[in-house]
Amino acid sequence: MELFLFILLSILCIGAVLGMIIVNNQAYSALFLVLAFSCTAGLFALLDAPFIAVVQIIIYAGAILVLFIFVIMMVDIKEGLTPEKKKWTMALACILAVVLLIELLVALKSALSPMATSVSGQAGNASEIGHLLFTKYLYPFEITSVLIIAAMVGAIVLVKKKDSE
Amino acid sequence: MSDILILLIKIVAALVWFLVLTLYLTWLERKESAIMQDRIGANRADFFGIRVIGLFQPFADAIKMMFKEDFTPTFSRRFIHNLAPFVAFFFTAVTVQAIPFGDVLRVGGKEIKLQVLDIDVGILFILAMLSFTVYGVLLSGWASNSRWTLLGGLRGTAQLVSYEVALGLSLIGLVMVFPSLRFSSIVNYQGELLFGWLPQWGILLQPLGFIVFLFASLAESERVPFDLPEGESEIVGFFTEYSGLKWGLYMFTSFMKVLLIACLLTTLFFGGYHVPWLNPDGFHFPWGGEWLLPHGIVVLFQIIMFNVKVIFFCWLQILIRWTYPRFRYDQLMDFGWKFLVPLSVINIVATAIVMTLLK
Amino acid sequence: MIPPTYYLVVSIILFVLGIIGFFIKKDLITQFLSVEVMLNAANLAFITFAHSAGSLDGQIIVFFVITVAAAEAAIGLAIILLVYRKHKSIKTEDIHLMKG
Repeated sequence: MELFLFILLSILCIGAVLGMIIVNNQAYSALFLVLAFSCTAGLFALLDAPFIAVVQIIIYAGAILVLFIFVIMMVDIKEGLTPEKKKWTMALACILAVVLLIELLVALKSALSPMATSVSGQAGNASEIGHLLFTKYLYPFEITSVLIIAAMVGAIVLVKKKDSE
Repeated sequence: MSDILILLIKIVAALVWFLVLTLYLTWLERKESAIMQDRIGANRADFFGIRVIGLFQPFADAIKMMFKEDFTPTFSRRFIHNLAPFVAFFFTAVTVQAIPFGDVLRVGGKEIKLQVLDIDVGILFILAMLSFTVYGVLLSGWASNSRWTLLGGLRGTAQLVSYEVALGLSLIGLVMVFPSLRFSSIVNYQGELLFGWLPQWGILLQPLGFIVFLFASLAESERVPFDLPEGESEIVGFFTEYSGLKWGLYMFTSFMKVLLIACLLTTLFFGGYHVPWLNPDGFHFPWGGEWLLPHGIVVLFQIIMFNVKVIFFCWLQILIRWTYPRFRYDQLMDFGWKFLVPLSVINIVATAIVMTLLK
Repeated sequence: MIPPTYYLVVSIILFVLGIIGFFIKKDLITQFLSVEVMLNAANLAFITFAHSAGSLDGQIIVFFVITVAAAEAAIGLAIILLVYRKHKSIKTEDIHLMKG
């Protein structure tokens, strides 16, 4: 049952990312990515991380991509973009990416042989993560909140149109 | 094997309860608005000559919508135009699987929890599904490929995303008081007594949180007074290009959200399925009286009490809809960001102070 | 029990797909989306290791990565809007002069 869910979610995720690359329209790419992120959240839930799965859906699929789609709709692009003029750069990029893939898979095989099975520790529910966040990772937590405020203020200041007065 | 069967029965029962109650919510809205406006309302739909104060009206509406012409404008993007109502419907319907309907039912040596999905992060699951319903509004506004519906869709999305912040923040105070995110733990905690005689419902422990949650969830359901994106009478909304059954599905989703908000309000703030002073073996009144009851009757009382509370909150939301005029868009955004968010932060701080002083 | 190698293979494939997307596409928004795909692949690898080692530190790191990605998406999209206002296009080959 778990294997079936894993295969379904992985194939859907990889297919969605492939669709995002192939489609020419930006809005469809963003929608494919919503599907990919939801499948990733499902994979997180399979890996005993329910809190992170729900946080991924709320923040990534539910807020960041809505922001993307907002910007795509405000940037008034013509339907689709003209395809790339120099075709050989695309082919070279694909070949190099496949080389990188093979390298990473070989590195994975040699690095993971002692760790073939997984230890079933505790599931990552909210109270345990909260406990860790407020004791061991307190400094990153507080600094991240300052970072978010800086990003908010920065985004508003950047986009605000200066009235000529 | 029987576990899977029980699970399937629970899923189907929860869904059927949700959908049938939504259907009759349309009837309730028509009758209640009629009574408030001193008229009779819809009472002519009959079934072989039997008219029962218009109770067959929802079916008449559904049949009418099925037979209307269902056109997709030629300039729209077909696939997403067809997909958007289903996205909104699916993610609103799936939230009912996390709501507890009643206590544990002990039948034939087996303990059946009257809740389909009792996950550790119950409240966050509901928030996640609500953030997916934003896509229904956004996609429908964009897929119709006409500039006014696009603006309506963007307006609707901005409103929904803004009030999601206030919704989440108002729930933090609640999670501090009931130390869990799981719905069954929250409802069990509300079954205990405060000072020995008062059932500790959420509204007594978090009155400010209740007010913020009520306003934020009213705005999430996009009903008057927050329905400017829909704006039936004055401005082009995001579902102008929909007709027939797809438009019916949007209206149905809107009523489903009303029902979902009523369920959330009862579960989080009003004790869920708990009848005051009803323990699993019978009534134990604080003034000493007792009334022992068999287990099946207790569960029945709890399910009836849950339904009564949910219907009360639906009635309240319909009352609010037909009393107030709608907000202007800048007033709406100000209310969400400048009033509700600071109020919920004050709620969190005050709750923390009170909890530290009482420890 | 699914061995963690399977999840890591999925993570590597997603990462390489993100790289391909970044190099093939010539408009800023899809390139930005490919960067988000790469971040997601890294998140999956973190959670896999957290699961196989039995500790929760990997999940905390993913929590911070998601938060920082949200902040970065906001600023990145603001910059894309500014670039669009200036050059009236979002194709990277039209933005080839350093002077604004």
